[in-house]
Amino acid sequence: MFLTLFGLLVAVAVASFVIGRSRSVSLAGNNYAAMHSLPGYHGSWLALTTVGIPLLILIVWSIAAPNVLRQMLIGQFGAQLGASSAAQLDGFWRDIQALAFGGTPGIRDAVRTEAAGVLASRQWVSTGLMIAAMAAAGIGGFMYGFGAIAPAFRARHRVEAAVKVFLAVSATIAILTTIGIVVSLITESMRFFSLVSPIDFLFGLTWTPQQMAFRADQVGGTAAFGFIPLLTGTLLITFIAMIVAAPLGIMAAVYLSDYATPQVRAVGKPVLEILAGIPTVVYGFFAALTVAPFIRNTGHALGLEVASESALAAGVVMGIMIVPFVSSLSDDVINAVPQSLRDGSAGLGATKSETIRKVVLPAALPGIVSALVLAVSRAMGETMIVVMAAGLAANLTLNPLEAVTTVTVQIGTLLTGDQEFDSPKTLAAFGLGLVLFVVTLSLNLVALRVVNKYREQYD
Amino acid sequence: MNSLPTFQTTATQSTAPVAAARPKITGRNVNVFYGEKHAIKDVNVDIPERSVMAFIGPSGCGKSTFLRCINRMNDTISICRVTGNINIDEQDIYDRDLDVVQLRARVGMVFQKPNPFPKSIYENVAYGPRIHGLVKSKTDLDEIVETSLKKASLWNEVKDRLQESGTGLSGGQQQRLCIARAIAVSPEVILMDEPCSALDPIATAKIEELIDELKQNFTIVIVTHSMQQAARVSQRTAFFHLGILVEEGATDQIFTNPSDTRTRDYITGRFG
Repeated sequence: MFLTLFGLLVAVAVASFVIGRSRSVSLAGNNYAAMHSLPGYHGSWLALTTVGIPLLILIVWSIAAPNVLRQMLIGQFGAQLGASSAAQLDGFWRDIQALAFGGTPGIRDAVRTEAAGVLASRQWVSTGLMIAAMAAAGIGGFMYGFGAIAPAFRARHRVEAAVKVFLAVSATIAILTTIGIVVSLITESMRFFSLVSPIDFLFGLTWTPQQMAFRADQVGGTAAFGFIPLLTGTLLITFIAMIVAAPLGIMAAVYLSDYATPQVRAVGKPVLEILAGIPTVVYGFFAALTVAPFIRNTGHALGLEVASESALAAGVVMGIMIVPFVSSLSDDVINAVPQSLRDGSAGLGATKSETIRKVVLPAALPGIVSALVLAVSRAMGETMIVVMAAGLAANLTLNPLEAVTTVTVQIGTLLTGDQEFDSPKTLAAFGLGLVLFVVTLSLNLVALRVVNKYREQYD
Repeated sequence: MNSLPTFQTTATQSTAPVAAARPKITGRNVNVFYGEKHAIKDVNVDIPERSVMAFIGPSGCGKSTFLRCINRMNDTISICRVTGNINIDEQDIYDRDLDVVQLRARVGMVFQKPNPFPKSIYENVAYGPRIHGLVKSKTDLDEIVETSLKKASLWNEVKDRLQESGTGLSGGQQQRLCIARAIAVSPEVILMDEPCSALDPIATAKIEELIDELKQNFTIVIVTHSMQQAARVSQRTAFFHLGILVEEGATDQIFTNPSDTRTRDYITGRFG
């Protein structure tokens, strides 16, 4: 229903655009200069006045009507139902919807069948009212808009104002979504912290949420929610990844921008960017099946004790994964350093490598740092590679040859499968998410400060 | 109709016999090709030591291309090919054994648009001496920076803010900073590619004054679009047209009594 009406509105909008435009053309006659706005603006104006309010009615009504209907029906039949818990009412509402509009109801009884009949008829009334309101608003809007079209009418200003509102609404939606996510993260974390002390969480050295007792009578183990092993695991793997990605990425970028011939560059850059398009799960099994055994075998040959899943394997593969982030962005900023600076340096007798080390890279530093920060955020948020290559054991260690786990992996593990949403085990995921968010955010802020302090600004 | 405009020329050239100076740079049968395009055709020129030589001519005539041959800046353009001989102190600069990096240390360059590095004023000047290992101590470096800035008559304006960014200076100051940067490596020759085209008249006057002082120590070759500027600063002038060196001679002779009609037409403003 919604889609049909929406499609209809689009058709009406196109039609009124054409009508408005031709009205404007006929008013202008041969003298276009007499009209304040171009015919296209008059068309857009008429489309907006005709469709704008009906569209608003459609959206608001479609969101509000089900809730209103639900309230009406529960008010009418709730007493007969004898049920009052939120879950039972939800079930009742699902059942009568299924009976009224097709579907498989959970329970079919006399009350529900009657309620479904009422719901179906009210739904018709509601839809009828909505269409009537839309039609009235549309016709009224069309008449008003059509009447307003005149040589002196400032259609362009009106249309541009409407576009501005539309853009502002888009930006607001994006910002509100972000705020919503952060707020829900914080409130859920608060629930977690009411069950587990923040001190234990932030400074605890053991992470064993699996040992939670499931039932009150169960002889449960001692669940511990110490966050430190996860943080060290995350930082260790991120650090290894950056040791691989930063030099490889920056040197690849320098080669591509300053040494490669145009032909090599034309091929090399896209190929490098393909790396960024490989799904991380593919990197994951590459890490688990190729790199981890290789590291273990090499380690054994050297007489080292290496776990079959190691932080090193995950870190190295993750480093390879983020090379294109570093190289592609760095390549762009290195290319943006003006040729005149390179010429100036060469004109003083500097070699190419001196020019790059002492002039080009310092000038490109802010961009390179932001590329690195992006890569770090990417590495910290990465889950799949770690699950497959570094394991799930929350060891508190800085030895890259042992199995470790990361914050994101634990979030994934805690929320996989059937879980109760009020146990600390599940809520811990939100706590972890919040801390990860804070860590990444502060990293970004610090990097931003560093860049602003040390940037060498060329005009 | 054809009377020549009067250009003020510097007093020195009327008294000093220019031709007597030893040629620092000689070009013989120089040809430059950009791919298929023949940009410079059989240019022969002698550039005397410790004097200013101006290259004039309409846009695209090859004067900048020829200038960039003298320190082999054209090497960076892959499709560019140079034939013939350019000698500095009788040494062929296109010789296989010659290191282009050392050549550029001997032949400094100042560009059309001021291009200071995004570093401090001090670091801009210290850049060349550092990469060439010309200094042993910080005091030596300080001294080179100070003398270079003094020679570029910028010292008094910047001595209290040597650690500020070079890009924060005005256009004219930036260009003098670039000249100081070039002087700091003690080159023998300084090439200037329209050094004043991005500057206002006052900054231009300062640069011209500076060029006049620098010629006591350096051989200067300047490309310019301003004939007044060529007349004011140079002792010899070469007129390029369509890749050909049409006429070359003492500046006052070129501007008062050119032998070629194309030169006459150009300096009287008939074309270009």
